[in-house]
Amino acid sequence: MNNEFRYLLAQATRGRLDRRAFLGRAAALGVTGAMANTLLATAVRAEGPRKGGHLAIGLQGGESTNNLDPALALTQVIAKLLGTAGETLVTVNADGTLNHVLAESIEASDDAQTWRFKIRSGVEFHNGQTLTPEDCAQTLRRHSNEDSQSGALGVMRGIADISVDGDYLVLQTSTPNADLPYLMADWHLVIQPNGGMDDPRSGIFTGPYKLVDNDYGVRHTMEKFENHWNDAVGHFNSVELLVINDPTARNSALQSGQVQMINRVEPRVAGLLGRAPNITIQSTPGRGHYVFIMHCNTAPFDNRDLRMALKYAIDREDMLERILRGFGSLGNDMPINQAYPLFDDTIEQRSYDPDLARHHYERSGHDGPIVLRTSEVAFPGAVDAAQLFQESAARAGIPIEIIREPGDGYWSETWNVQPFSASYWSGRPVQDQMYSTAYTSDADWNDTRFFNDRFDSLIAEARGELDLDRRKTLYSEAGLLVRDEGGLICPMFNDFIDAHNDTIAGWDPNPNAELMNTQAAIRCWSVG
Amino acid sequence: MHPVLKLVIQRLALGCLLLFAATVLIFAGTEILPGDVAQTILGQGATEQALANLRATLGMDQPAVVRYFQWLGNALQGDFGTALTSRQDIATSIGRRLGNTLFLASVAAIIAVPLAIFLGLLAVRYRDRWPDKLISGITLASISLPEFLLGYVLMYVFAVQLGWFPSVSNINDSMSFWQKLNAVALPAMVLTLVVLAHMMRMTRAAILNVMQSAYIETAELKGLRRFTIIARHAMPNSIAPIVNVVMLNLAYLVVGVVVIEVVFVYPGMGQYLVDHVSKRDVPVVQACGLIFASVYIGLNLLADIISILANPRLRHPR
Repeated sequence: MNNEFRYLLAQATRGRLDRRAFLGRAAALGVTGAMANTLLATAVRAEGPRKGGHLAIGLQGGESTNNLDPALALTQVIAKLLGTAGETLVTVNADGTLNHVLAESIEASDDAQTWRFKIRSGVEFHNGQTLTPEDCAQTLRRHSNEDSQSGALGVMRGIADISVDGDYLVLQTSTPNADLPYLMADWHLVIQPNGGMDDPRSGIFTGPYKLVDNDYGVRHTMEKFENHWNDAVGHFNSVELLVINDPTARNSALQSGQVQMINRVEPRVAGLLGRAPNITIQSTPGRGHYVFIMHCNTAPFDNRDLRMALKYAIDREDMLERILRGFGSLGNDMPINQAYPLFDDTIEQRSYDPDLARHHYERSGHDGPIVLRTSEVAFPGAVDAAQLFQESAARAGIPIEIIREPGDGYWSETWNVQPFSASYWSGRPVQDQMYSTAYTSDADWNDTRFFNDRFDSLIAEARGELDLDRRKTLYSEAGLLVRDEGGLICPMFNDFIDAHNDTIAGWDPNPNAELMNTQAAIRCWSVG
Repeated sequence: MHPVLKLVIQRLALGCLLLFAATVLIFAGTEILPGDVAQTILGQGATEQALANLRATLGMDQPAVVRYFQWLGNALQGDFGTALTSRQDIATSIGRRLGNTLFLASVAAIIAVPLAIFLGLLAVRYRDRWPDKLISGITLASISLPEFLLGYVLMYVFAVQLGWFPSVSNINDSMSFWQKLNAVALPAMVLTLVVLAHMMRMTRAAILNVMQSAYIETAELKGLRRFTIIARHAMPNSIAPIVNVVMLNLAYLVVGVVVIEVVFVYPGMGQYLVDHVSKRDVPVVQACGLIFASVYIGLNLLADIISILANPRLRHPR
């Protein structure tokens, strides 16, 4: 690297030379575009965040029916909005550790039943009010009280008492729960003044950006909140979330520079889009997975051999390649993968085995077609995936009949109602939460009707176990039980595929959710 | 009473009756939608307790007939209630969306209607020669392509490659009129292409029909220019079918452009309606249905009345 190039690089890094001019002059010095680009990216990162600029993000998953109440928020766009304008007590880092946001420190009693969160002082709400531990307590109460319609109600269920002690928020759980702080990272639980009891839709939070205008299902605009407590986040002057539900329109908006960042790039175009100049595809292995679910208590799926036959009759490799175009990883009929802490990677990977499938199918004594219900809303490519499943099962002599259900009403009429259907799960930060959301006997959404006493006791024991090795063993056994006894067929885990153009720096993948665990807007910066 | 006035009054009365029937259909239709509002609002993540709490809040327990008359009474006074999902005043949010839809529809109509009629006249003037065939060919090709494909093609050329117009046609109150025009350029272009053929073909056919008449021959013998004959003598007599088709297409521009709205991310009525249908937000769906029905019935009524007024035999009865 000669001196002139070094000078150019320094100029470009500080933004005195725009990127195109830099690449042009670098080429004149005999440095290839790709090389110069990489060097620039490294140099920019080393330089640290640059303040200023405007960020526009094109997002799938917004509707004109949205509203600002975090308890009722379900769509991706509101999740991003809350992650940008709001703050929870903690968030989960990429490596599975906790990032202390509004909770400065966390202490647990030895029995893991009393948790004390020290609430950060000097934090200001967007309306000028100062954050108190009481605001935090009220927020949690609103999400867990009897009238609650909150999406986080399930998460809050184990909490028996919420109180305030000086600077501390104190939570009592009814049973020991070693993962309790992780539950506080649920994105519904952004802290509001007086917990949003007065006005849940006020849009007043503590995040680095404050809301300016909301046009639901169209656009949300935010500007920098000058009194934010943390200088390490929130580098743009303003942020705009544009709802672009159509995938092709989203790609075009990124390509034409109308937005700098998009979510949900379709696997089949991700490769092509990545080839466009100036665009980077960010594919992050996550915990979300695509599933076919059988009700273990409903004929014919109450027969373990039939369930095993179907588990062996699905060609996972083929499905991963064709449905996700390789942007994912193989599933092993349990909802947990290596993205979770305490995952046991010695559990054998199940693969397509027509002979074994045929063997189990014959032993089950079942006769006649097995009805599988699917829909394009079950997961992207769910209809095609069902057909692939049908074909691979037919090769094992198992007849599957596909019924394609309308997307409208699928989640109320088919999923969790019909005994065999396609669906998806997004992951949870920890194993306990995933299992107790959908696999324990008393789970709110036991969509495989899996009732197994041994499994329930394993999960309950692991929840209160503070010894990590022991916990890992317990989770390993629980995972095997779901894999071998349960009604879950999980062929693949999907990656989060986001994309941004070259005006964005500071991207840091996080397996917890798309767009850097919804924090892209507050952690990235502009290199315009 | 003048027979034209009587006819017009009859039409208006019929329109009102039709609108009333439409309200019944809309209400009945939304009643038989499958699924449950509370479940759809809370989605896959809803617990039984949360569902029960929400159902009680929404007041879904009263009989349908009672709710119909309550709704109709309020709607007649311009009160559509509040949306179940976002709890916003429906009239306010629809007002914003309807304004956007009408803006896009007007821009498209101002380009498309005169252009279609002019092209129709031109096609008659050069009947069966190359301009006629070229006009028919292009307009038929553009109507045959699915509109989303047209949208993507124009987006690729004008937004991604040339960078002339934005691919996201998001408009908001802080934009000036010219900025808004620039933003809707692409969707207006697509809509123009979509509605052009229908109106142009009808203009052509209707005028050709009249061109066989004896009085056209007389006009030709007088030595008038061919285009003058078509525009001044033939067109007034074929106005009725043309107006009908124009009105149908205008109605389409207002109520049928949801695909274009999705492709260009345009904040109009269509996307607004679809979002609320999928969330079972019945009051909004009913309000949208009512507005769409009124637009359709209103425009067709207008077409009828213009046809009546354009008919000299009705205007001057013996």
